[in-house]
Amino acid sequence: MKIVIIDYGAGNVQSVMFALKRLGYNATLSNDADEVRQADKVIFPGVGHAKSAMNQLVEQKLDCLIPQLKQPVLGVCLGMQLMCAYSGEGETKCLGIFDLEVFRFSEENKIPKIGWNNIVGLETPLFKKVNENEFMYFVHSYYVPLAKETIAQANYGITYSAAIHKDNFYGCQFHPEKSGDAGEQILKNFLEL
Amino acid sequence: MLTKRIISCLDIKNGRTVKGVNFVDLIDAGDPVELAKLYSKEGADELIFLDISATEEKRKTLLDLVSRVGESINIPFTVGGGISSIEDVDLLLKAGADKVSINSATVKNPDLINQLADKFGSQCIVVAIDAKQINGKWKVHLVGGKVPTEIDLFEWAVDVEKRGAGEILFTSMDNDGTKSGFANEALAKMNSLVNIPIIASGGAGNIQHFVDCFQESNVDAALAASIFHFKEVEIIKLKKELKNNMIAVRL
Repeated sequence: MKIVIIDYGAGNVQSVMFALKRLGYNATLSNDADEVRQADKVIFPGVGHAKSAMNQLVEQKLDCLIPQLKQPVLGVCLGMQLMCAYSGEGETKCLGIFDLEVFRFSEENKIPKIGWNNIVGLETPLFKKVNENEFMYFVHSYYVPLAKETIAQANYGITYSAAIHKDNFYGCQFHPEKSGDAGEQILKNFLEL
Repeated sequence: MLTKRIISCLDIKNGRTVKGVNFVDLIDAGDPVELAKLYSKEGADELIFLDISATEEKRKTLLDLVSRVGESINIPFTVGGGISSIEDVDLLLKAGADKVSINSATVKNPDLINQLADKFGSQCIVVAIDAKQINGKWKVHLVGGKVPTEIDLFEWAVDVEKRGAGEILFTSMDNDGTKSGFANEALAKMNSLVNIPIIASGGAGNIQHFVDCFQESNVDAALAASIFHFKEVEIIKLKKELKNNMIAVRL
């Protein structure tokens, strides 16, 4: 199986590489269109600011490529948010795979949200063998509200999307690569889709 | 619900774990990678590696160790000690660190916080602050707590938030190594002044100290080192007791 982690200069890709390695898979880091297209599975990571990440995707012409992918794609954290249509962070037009908007948490909460939060309402094979209320590690200041695409929920002042799904695209707001054994199970499930 | 975090801190010198009382008299407490795996299994929510000799000896944090830890564990970890430039942070994040903790360099050059937050995002920038009371006033200290400054702890905490820090790791030098409990009053005051997560550090001696810390200061995380390394407090028992006290934890 060929796994490609999209390398566009944003985010800490090393921890995803390490997690896959622990599961017995070797992934390739790439921003090459052909290589990404030919992969069996694509992981789209990201941390940092939506605007600068989108700028880098555009610069490397990945903004047109990613929405056209047909194989299973997993967006993680900012990667998930960039798959939406628009982010309030830097008023950024995103990839538009999901017709959803990304909002900033209310200042009544500490921002960024950092830590372990239970997830509920788990749907799709992405959460096979993962229990309701399992804890995942979250680090973010912006969130995707609940929608018909929501396949897992978390709470931080409000209930929002911890994961979303549409066709071959999956997104996790939390970091499965940093969420203990249950997180690794989710990565394994994605690779087995 | 977001849970309170228990963080195990591994002080590193020459690639080995050490923990000193008030940062002096270092005692070897084991191999960092083995300890990291152990804590990950025992339910620690996060790990912090502090290369405590780095600032003093102008050494770079051990990138090799960071990679080996990253390969071995599936929970987040932060690396600190001697970080003074964008390049330092870049190398550590690329080696597999999830966050970096910056201390003295931010006091000497506060703009570094802005630069790092802009480049890497606030979420991976932890600003560590060592402080102790001088004539009843909390003052920021440098170089592992050895060098006092005139900077007020609380004003500095507000400033680092404004500059883009994602988290504050506050170590009370008055409490560190004493095993007499955290600096709950100062932590509560800081918690009321900033809107980013705060990690309490310095003073943990028993389970009740963690209960008191969360109940009295409501900070987001509490950190300890030696009591975990020498198994005086087991993390799983600690978290069960926190839960018994209605404090949300990951169990």
